Amino acid sequence: MREVAEEILRIENLHVSVEGTAILKGVNLTIHRGEIHVIMGRNGAGKSTLANVVMGHPAYVITEGSIFYKGQPLEELAVFERARAGMFLSFQYPAVIPGVQVGTFLKKSVTSVRDEAPKGRAFRKELTAAMEQLSMDKSFLSRYVNDGFSGGEKKRLEILQMLLLKPHLALLDETDSGLDIDALRIVAKGINEVAVDSACLIITHYQRLLDLVKPDYVHAMINGAIVQTGGPELALKLEDRGYDWLDVTA
Amino acid sequence: MTDEAQDVIGDYRYGFHDPENSTIRFDQGLSEQVVRDISELKNEPQWMTDIRVKAYRHFVERVMPEWGNCDLLNMIDFESITYFLRSSNKTEKSWDDVPDDIKNTFNRLGIPEAEQKWLGGVTAQYESEAVYHSIREDLEEQGVIFLDMDSGLKQFPEIIKKYFGTVIPYSDNKFSALNTAVWSGGSFLYIPKGISVEMPVQAYFRINAKNMGQFERTLIIADEGSSVHYVEGCTAPSYSTDSLHSAVVELIAMEGAKIRYSTVQNWSSNVYNLVTKRAVAHKNATIEWVDGNIGSKLTMKYPSVLLKGEGAHAEVISVAYAGEGQHQDTGAKVHHLASNTTSNIISKSISKKGGRSSYRGLLQVTPKSSGCRSKIVCDALILDENSRSDTYPTMEIGNSTADLEHEASVSKVSSDQLFYLMSRGFTEEAAMGLIVNGFFEPFTRELPMEYALELNKLLELEMEGSIG
Repeated sequence: MREVAEEILRIENLHVSVEGTAILKGVNLTIHRGEIHVIMGRNGAGKSTLANVVMGHPAYVITEGSIFYKGQPLEELAVFERARAGMFLSFQYPAVIPGVQVGTFLKKSVTSVRDEAPKGRAFRKELTAAMEQLSMDKSFLSRYVNDGFSGGEKKRLEILQMLLLKPHLALLDETDSGLDIDALRIVAKGINEVAVDSACLIITHYQRLLDLVKPDYVHAMINGAIVQTGGPELALKLEDRGYDWLDVTA
Repeated sequence: MTDEAQDVIGDYRYGFHDPENSTIRFDQGLSEQVVRDISELKNEPQWMTDIRVKAYRHFVERVMPEWGNCDLLNMIDFESITYFLRSSNKTEKSWDDVPDDIKNTFNRLGIPEAEQKWLGGVTAQYESEAVYHSIREDLEEQGVIFLDMDSGLKQFPEIIKKYFGTVIPYSDNKFSALNTAVWSGGSFLYIPKGISVEMPVQAYFRINAKNMGQFERTLIIADEGSSVHYVEGCTAPSYSTDSLHSAVVELIAMEGAKIRYSTVQNWSSNVYNLVTKRAVAHKNATIEWVDGNIGSKLTMKYPSVLLKGEGAHAEVISVAYAGEGQHQDTGAKVHHLASNTTSNIISKSISKKGGRSSYRGLLQVTPKSSGCRSKIVCDALILDENSRSDTYPTMEIGNSTADLEHEASVSKVSSDQLFYLMSRGFTEEAAMGLIVNGFFEPFTRELPMEYALELNKLLELEMEGSIG
């Protein structure tokens, strides 16, 4: 048994709706530093909603319950303050920002989150190392953010940002979707590096990422609630048997 | 600075003003006598006086345009404008000799610094006339002429007489008539055959006095096979009463020559900016207008190119930013008057806080011009519900071999873009600023680096306080 690490995220009885429709119906989840949690579930179960609401997307309304980040109620923090406090969301569909070069964007983002401009040479070194690790060509830096990127390129840029921003809480929303096996390996390497010292919440449909990133906990989400929690073996079971056996409404 | 001035200025950084020191200041208002007095004061040749008077009479008869923003146009009180103000008796060649107040102003605007670093020549106009002028010796030795227009007329009357008003006759429109009647200052630039001027030359126009009218007149001639980049900047103090800036700019690119004319107009929001800019491109010549409109109350400006010679090319890249109380009515006009001529027009506009931007474009291909190609891209970004963007494209295509593309888009900043950037640590304002900078990127990448950085900073400042 390892000793209990710092609590990073605590979600209590969370109810969330979008445009009046209830999506999350009483989610409870606690994640400590150094833990990797995985949420699996069918499309529409509420997995992405959970990630987005933790990060503070304005379209999602919390109707009941609370979220705490390092013990602080999250409702007190604006989205950019959450980022600066060490929270990170790897988007399922990252937005395109035409005309803004990746290099400029990364530098400004790192400056915002660290609250000081990184030293030019040191930052370039850090950036080069992270890009090499993700097998990203330097030409990425002069392209516009996500503009004309393939699915895999978008996901790699998300992981690159995660490596640079060094979050304490990483929310990864279907980061493995649409990746070929080589890209998946690269992305998994990035996740494993960050996961050592942070709390990780991975949302996925597929077991295959979990061959590369070893979770501490796997949760099955159905109809806006976590109905089963287990270890890595639960992911295998879900992939094998689907979700019907857990679905009391089915 | 008075409280009233501070209220008007808001975030505008260049809104400060100097005490009004003038050596000669005409009474407000316009008459034929004022026009004659300006010409006499400048000791001009009779032909110039005659053109001025003809132009004045045309101005009086000519009705105000019945398109564009008529409400704002009709609010111009021509009788309250000062048509001539001389603030320094001489155009100096050294900044040390420029009167302190004026020198300090240009220091604050960063002009002497820019000059040392990366410019081939500078004209600094303050009110009606140039107070400082210089050109690098090596350019002068190559025969490049770069003068303020008044000195140009004195030193090269024959060239001026040959070309003045040939691209934009005084009768072109009401404001070209006004400019021709009361013009003062501006630049005269001549590049000899085969000379490429590598460093840009710059003119900076500053209005300081209240209710001032500034009417610079610029003529640029690039002789065969030559090339030049001319950069123009403009600012003014913020006052609660209006000023009028009405320039005429004529460019002539001879065979195989290339002229790039870049403007970043950042007038305070009490300035009417009604400018006529037109270029002639002869065989295989290239004209590039890079036109940024950030400031002013009402701007009406449509840089034009007459593609007169076969193989000539026009490039017009313009951006407009319309904030609170501003109307940017801008665009481009290209006339394909010869075969195998090509043009590219990119227009980008942003409207915010009730601001209005209009794109007004004309593309003409005459019947005898075959094999012409043109591409027009118009993108508008609207930042809130109260703001407005309109597009008025006109195409007159007389030749069926023309190859034309026209793309237009109107977009809003999406909440997904904002959320994405904010999740990366950007405040909402910083996120908006980044999106806006990205939107203008096709324009800023065409500017010299120093200008691009300045413009990006400016736009980021404009975004402060823009989130309701």
